Amino acid sequence: MIPCNPINRKFALVFFALTLFSFQIISAQDGKALFNNNCASCHSPSKDMTGPKLGDVLEREPYNGDINKIVNWVHNVDKLLATDPYYKGLMAKYGARMTQFANLSDKDIAAIIGYTQKAYADAQKPQPPTDGETAPEGNRNWIIFGVISLIMAVIALILMQVNSNLKKLSDDKEGILRPEPVPFYKNKVYITLGTLLLFILTGYYITKGAIGLGRQKSYEPRQPIYYSHRVHAGINQISCLYCHGNAWESRHAAVPSVNVCMNCHKAIQSYEKGPKLYDAVGNEINGTVEIQKLYKYAGFDPANAAKWNPSMAKPVEWIRIHSLPDHVFFSHAQHVRAGNVQCQTCHGSITEMDEVKQFAELSMGWCINCHRETKVNFDYNDSTGNKFYSIYEKFHNDFKAGKMDSIRVKDIGGIECQRCHY
Amino acid sequence: MLLFAAVASHTCTATILFSNKTKFLSGKCMGKKIWQKFGELTNEAAVSLSAGKAEQLAGDEFKDELPFEDIDGGIMDAATPRRDFLKYLGFSTAAAALAAGCKIPSRRVVPFANKPPDVFPGVAKYYATTYVQDGDVLPIIAKVRDGRPIKIEGNDLCSFTKGGTSPRAQASVLDLYDMYRLPHPKRKVGGKFEEIPTFDQLDKMVGDAFAGLSGAPVILLTSTITSPTTKQLISEFLAKYPGSKHVQYDAVSYSGMLQANEASFGNRAIPSYRFENAKVIVGLGADFLGTWLSPVEFARGYSVGRKIDEKNPQMSKHYQFESFLSMTGACADERFTHRPSEAGAVALALYAALGGSASPPAIADAKLRQAINKVANDLKNANGAAVVVSRSNDVNVQTIVNAINSQIGAYGKTIDWSRTLNYRQGIDKDMVDLVAAMQNGQVGAILIYGANPAYDYFDAERFKSALKKVRLTVSFNEKLDETSELCQYLVPNHHYLESWGDAEPKAGYTSFIQPTIFPLFKTRYFQTSLLKWGQPAAQPGGSATPDYETYFKNYWTGKLGGANAFDAALQNGVIESAATSASGGSFNGGSVTAAASAIGSARKGGKDEIVLYQKVSIGTGKQAGNPWLQEIPDPISKATWDNYALISMAKAKELGIDYDTVDYEYYPAKPVISIKAGNKELKLPVLVTPGMNANTIAVAVGYGRTKNLGKAAEGVGQNAYPFATFNGTNVVYFTSDVTISKTGDSQKIAQMQIQNSYEGRKEVVRETTLGTFRKYPNQYKEYREELTKEFAPQTSDFRRDATIYPDFLQPGGLKWGMSIDMNSCIGCNACVVACHAENNVPVVGKREVLRYHDMHWLRIDRYFVSDEKNPDELAAVVFQPMLCQHCDNAPCENVCPVSATNHNIEGINQMAYNRCVGTRYCANNCPYKVRRFNWADYTGADSFPNNQDQWIVGKLDDVVTEQMMDPVTRMVLNPDVTVRSRGVMEKCSFCVQRLQDAKLTAKKEDRVLKDGEAKTACMQACPTDAIVFGNVHDKESRIAKMREENEQRTFYVIEHLHTLPNINYLAKVRNTDEIIEPEKG
Repeated sequence: MIPCNPINRKFALVFFALTLFSFQIISAQDGKALFNNNCASCHSPSKDMTGPKLGDVLEREPYNGDINKIVNWVHNVDKLLATDPYYKGLMAKYGARMTQFANLSDKDIAAIIGYTQKAYADAQKPQPPTDGETAPEGNRNWIIFGVISLIMAVIALILMQVNSNLKKLSDDKEGILRPEPVPFYKNKVYITLGTLLLFILTGYYITKGAIGLGRQKSYEPRQPIYYSHRVHAGINQISCLYCHGNAWESRHAAVPSVNVCMNCHKAIQSYEKGPKLYDAVGNEINGTVEIQKLYKYAGFDPANAAKWNPSMAKPVEWIRIHSLPDHVFFSHAQHVRAGNVQCQTCHGSITEMDEVKQFAELSMGWCINCHRETKVNFDYNDSTGNKFYSIYEKFHNDFKAGKMDSIRVKDIGGIECQRCHY
Repeated sequence: MLLFAAVASHTCTATILFSNKTKFLSGKCMGKKIWQKFGELTNEAAVSLSAGKAEQLAGDEFKDELPFEDIDGGIMDAATPRRDFLKYLGFSTAAAALAAGCKIPSRRVVPFANKPPDVFPGVAKYYATTYVQDGDVLPIIAKVRDGRPIKIEGNDLCSFTKGGTSPRAQASVLDLYDMYRLPHPKRKVGGKFEEIPTFDQLDKMVGDAFAGLSGAPVILLTSTITSPTTKQLISEFLAKYPGSKHVQYDAVSYSGMLQANEASFGNRAIPSYRFENAKVIVGLGADFLGTWLSPVEFARGYSVGRKIDEKNPQMSKHYQFESFLSMTGACADERFTHRPSEAGAVALALYAALGGSASPPAIADAKLRQAINKVANDLKNANGAAVVVSRSNDVNVQTIVNAINSQIGAYGKTIDWSRTLNYRQGIDKDMVDLVAAMQNGQVGAILIYGANPAYDYFDAERFKSALKKVRLTVSFNEKLDETSELCQYLVPNHHYLESWGDAEPKAGYTSFIQPTIFPLFKTRYFQTSLLKWGQPAAQPGGSATPDYETYFKNYWTGKLGGANAFDAALQNGVIESAATSASGGSFNGGSVTAAASAIGSARKGGKDEIVLYQKVSIGTGKQAGNPWLQEIPDPISKATWDNYALISMAKAKELGIDYDTVDYEYYPAKPVISIKAGNKELKLPVLVTPGMNANTIAVAVGYGRTKNLGKAAEGVGQNAYPFATFNGTNVVYFTSDVTISKTGDSQKIAQMQIQNSYEGRKEVVRETTLGTFRKYPNQYKEYREELTKEFAPQTSDFRRDATIYPDFLQPGGLKWGMSIDMNSCIGCNACVVACHAENNVPVVGKREVLRYHDMHWLRIDRYFVSDEKNPDELAAVVFQPMLCQHCDNAPCENVCPVSATNHNIEGINQMAYNRCVGTRYCANNCPYKVRRFNWADYTGADSFPNNQDQWIVGKLDDVVTEQMMDPVTRMVLNPDVTVRSRGVMEKCSFCVQRLQDAKLTAKKEDRVLKDGEAKTACMQACPTDAIVFGNVHDKESRIAKMREENEQRTFYVIEHLHTLPNINYLAKVRNTDEIIEPEKG
């Protein structure tokens, strides 16, 4: 299991907020990110996939070191496909035309090629073995405190008994007549106190348990295929929306279909260079075997890749982790697209989890808290806010007049019942 | 419990606040009396009850025995003593906690194996398609969520419906998931049906049977076919079997019209009616807003003339002559009644009054004679902008109606021969001849599609016996209806939502059908069967186009010139040829004299007559198995789940039925009468209705169906079709001589609205005449100003100061509002069914409606307006759609102990089901009576099956527990709306899920929400555009403009209670010159 260290988490949040969603604020130099966002679904630096490998493309015919020829190709796919025999050959060989990327600048393309060359060179080097991670100690202070309190309580009880005995002795000595002391288990005060304590404790735990019914924070079931988000979203930095693109459109984020997996795994047929993988109880996982499980669902034979028929694939029956009651309406599109909320805000440092576990409580209180605090981008200083909110004239005026320092989700009705329950 | 109810119903804060200001509370609505039920007519009826009667009624507060035990001895002797109760309580709580806490159920999430690129789970897709039910055609849009069609919307691109729908089209999505549809092809072996495993086997069997006919003719008996491809395919099929014939048969026939037009215009067709061009509309019994020909199209046209521009108030004038109170008659400005057998005489008298040369038979009723002259004058003065339509299926009457329309110059102006209507094509004589031929053994095989003569033919018994003489009988009907039961082979057709296809409702307009779901059952296009069976025996299945799907695609790609054009046509759903100017045709009056003399010598009616009519919800009975439609209250009688005999007040008196007593109103059991004509008899409960012809009994068709149609139709009502008669040329839908008698029995009718009382609070409905409105245009506005003076004299801010509650903060942005034009509302109930489908409103069944447990979020209240002393002389009927008013100062909100209902900043009165504990205080305190409580688990939402049918709730009808809770039927549920469980309150939410969806779409596209994007289901469904909804803060929105431009007619229901509703109404205006002087004081 991945430790839940707050410092790590903060770091992870910042780090991944910068990298994972970087497709919106991408810099020309970031060849790796550009590659992952634009090319990685069809190309690999070191292997032929849906398209040819890119690691040595610059050195190959017909480019021979001239990057402008590559730029020309990327910008004019349609034209060259019609005229150039080399590209016609490529099309025949791979059976698909390349998507044209007119939006990639010369610099971008140079950065991508630079990255693929480096990645290709790295792939040729022997990989140093990596150790499995060691789990740090958990924080068990509360157990120690509990034990100490219990011991203190017992000592206090003993001392009280001793005290009462001593008192009796001294009274006897002084000849004061006192009734025989009642043993503590027959003492009505103790019994009353004990009963009350028991009542309060049971009440507390029953209530707590009842509130928690159906909540499943930290739920981490074993999935039919050991799919590691750490390897995919973390190490390989695949954008969340590449697989969960439905979150951009719909209330459901949706699990990707087998054909999305196969976009990459047609070529990536083994797990070799990543860190060793362990399941929740510490057994080592063989990544290659897991990829082969996927092939079974897809009906894909690596030895006979060209004959694969995607329409014969069978869906993988994943186990659902995040599950809201039927009377709750939650829309991913509203949060991710309209609200610009990062995935990690609710799903935790997903890029460090192998098999996913539920990070948030997904309780109503948890939702409401966020809606109370989250500021809505109302175009305060720039024009990055959603135009939809331009109709809230009063808020805009109040903000300008300094009556409000920010407009929060709660101000536009975010904590009203019928935002989520209808 | 009694006390509790009494206290709660009087806690309405507003009532208490204003109880001393009775000025506005008392009084009638300006001279005429507006009433819902007979008990209200004599206002004092309830008050003047004798003490004994009042006591009895109080004792009968609960219609059933309450499930309380009598405890005679000590409490410990009771069957369930208190200690046991506590024990069980404790145990069950602990058990439930344990059961729920032990294990998290493992849920699966199964993605697509191969996701299509443009499909997103959770995002609805919309496909243009066409509702086709026999001859009825309506271009629609089907909303498909995750592969399931769940809602029907109108298609705005259609030029003649402009997005309007009908209740039956709205409900048709439920028919798709009907568990009583035939699941696979069957054949009859030894009197029982058994499954045919494959279609190949079926084709082989039927092929052999065809071969064995040795040339005997094959008859294809269908309802009206509007599909051009099917027509072509049928003619190809018939060509292969010499002597074979295609007979079209309509359950309710328009043969008289077709034949009259053939005589007058040489064209056996029906022209288009353009009600939008008519200033004077005369309906001769035609229910053109509800069931006549193409009601959605006509309602749209009609509503154009009913909208009022306040600067220059004008509207069309609608006269209706009819025998009973129909929905269309209820909308008329002036209506007159006559006997069903007098329809011809009335038409002829009108023709004579217009100057036609005819000597009509004498009309006894002096009022009617006067009316005919008045109407004739108006028609003359309209200068061609007038139209007369008649429901009669008698060719002679229709010939006279043609002559009238020609006389007033309607042809070419309001009646257009350039666009003929294809909705009904059946000729009665063809069917009669067919039955005779069958009887004589002259028919080898009969293939039946869409027609159900064993049920709806006037002489069904004869048809049934004739069918036995046919060697091969095949039915393509979707369900095991009365005719299919008698056939040898059943080859069920797809539902239209599963099909490809086309329909040509009128010349030059084509509407396409495309599938929205893969066929649920093993069904096949009937056209495919014809293609397969039309092959010569030597080459079975060797056709070039083996199935209809290919045939259809080839036809249209060829006709439209390519796949792209075909795709575009499918996307729009409709293609229309360029608009042409209206054509008047060439009228030939040659047949008029003969027709006139035929009418003159027609048989006079007996003492009593029976007339058959269609209800707007059930129609001819094709969709009688649809629970939504069965639970729709009839617009006039407000009765559900039944047909019954509508009788006049005079007839009731004659039969000794005390309709104006409290008993009649209070108890659902109504006396049963027997209606006899020859050897035919019908025993039905009566409903006394104002505005009826004294000697006419009206009965709706479409009821009394076979139990094979499902639980919804089983045992509901009686079949009235046998009372249709054949006059030698046409089937007419009345019997002119019946004897009626009281049987002494009674039968319960489940009516709605009668239990809702405004408790004497007035100004619910505003209704006036055009003359009054012109004279006193500001009387409603002045009323509002007076309210301000009365309640907020210092600040003149009625909104803020007429209450002790603070004004609810609304920070701008969005505020939803609705405006309902009562002048446009025709009471058709399309909105009610749309609301059902959109919001998962449950069906409760007749038993629950009888206990007033109906769940309709939106109801259409019907009010009669009449002279107080003469209630039978109806001045008007007012329809008022009533739904949650979303009050800004809502009486329901401040009585909820758990704040489950509260207000939001967009003006919606929101209801959080999971917070509701079911005290029902809110429903008690709602002055509009629009809140609905889930007394039982009507939808199967409860996870404990026992809760679905609990002894304390009482047994629910089978239609609820078996049909509506069936997993297939439940596929119709909208996944965006919570399915409510037992014990919670619910009500109109302004379709908040649609609003949220529209907002999110705008956000996704980074733009402002446009007016008209967020539509409630009722607004979308309305054929007359009576409902306008939108953001009132947006000054450019339709709703804001509507309120600004209609200041004089705008009113809020019981506004003086200061509930501050977000729904306003526009007063109903009748087009008469009568001046109603406002009441003084």
